[in-house]
Amino acid sequence: MRYDGVPRIVSKLLIPLILLFGLYVQFHGDYGPGGGFQAGVIFAAGFILYALIFGLRRCREVLSDGFVRIMLAAGLLLYIGTGLASLWLGANFLDYDVLGHDPVSGQHHGILLVELGVGITVAGAMLAIFFSFAGRDETGFSGADDAEAEAEAEAEAEERERAETGA
Amino acid sequence: MSALIGPILLAFLIAVALAILNLRNLFAVVMLSGIFSFLMAGVFVILDAVDVAFTEAAVGAGISTVLMLGTLALTAAREKLPRKRLPILPLLVVLAVGGVLIYGTFDMPAIGDPNAPVHQHMAPRFIEQGPIETGVPNMVTSVLASYRGYDTMGETAVIFTAAIGVLLMIGRRRKRKPETATGKREGRDDAV
Repeated sequence: MRYDGVPRIVSKLLIPLILLFGLYVQFHGDYGPGGGFQAGVIFAAGFILYALIFGLRRCREVLSDGFVRIMLAAGLLLYIGTGLASLWLGANFLDYDVLGHDPVSGQHHGILLVELGVGITVAGAMLAIFFSFAGRDETGFSGADDAEAEAEAEAEAEERERAETGA
Repeated sequence: MSALIGPILLAFLIAVALAILNLRNLFAVVMLSGIFSFLMAGVFVILDAVDVAFTEAAVGAGISTVLMLGTLALTAAREKLPRKRLPILPLLVVLAVGGVLIYGTFDMPAIGDPNAPVHQHMAPRFIEQGPIETGVPNMVTSVLASYRGYDTMGETAVIFTAAIGVLLMIGRRRKRKPETATGKREGRDDAV
């Protein structure tokens, strides 16, 4: 798949649109269907598509393992932080009324922040899970160089053939 | 015409589920489970639950298909043949549980019944006051992020924990084989 022209070009066209759509779903979730969870998944799907077509190594150059783990924690911390901020301002935990100059705008800020937190955590979680699945050497698209990966895949196919004939 | 969409979708769901049960080629099973999720998303759209449909299409048909393909690459692509034995006890348990569940649905109110208990208790409060109190037109978002903010925080924590669990189980890079490993890599792996 990595050397086919059509998937490469189509995915290059699609990935910016997927990421843009993820952001739209994230920040338009107050008005239409969608929200942090769906946005996080769509955003992660854009990067997963990139990793599938261009190889996991290149995807990891953009989003390193460490960064994905930071995303994982940062989203939840943003959510809890929003709750603590409302606690700090004298209201109940996660009572957003006090986060703006009036209750409605406070609610708006609070919802935006916690949805962003959900989105970041979900995107981080999906990417972390995908990276750990795809990063196993056996899958073929590990962190190895392209030529190395090809050699690995060939060796793997040979091994499988041998196992099949043996069994 | 639109009354037919529901039954057709359900018939497809059953057909796909039976095909998943019968197939031994796991690649086809993964593809069919993606199709199952898409059909399910269609059912949710018919039930006016667009947010759930959205999630089902994105997670069920998108991400989990990719993850299952990743799993297939790590394991075998064919299911082993099951032992040829009629599973009488499991069959009885399944039939009994299914019968009880179907019996339970007889007491449930019809879909969209305005007198159903679920529409009597909290729903009117959220529908009438939600857009005024939060200024958010999408009631799903206002309930999810504001009224039920504590629940959603727990859900986010669950996703966080699930990802941490996966990372702990299979996230660690395995040691490369000695002939392909460079000294630097080995040292780093040891440090981890």
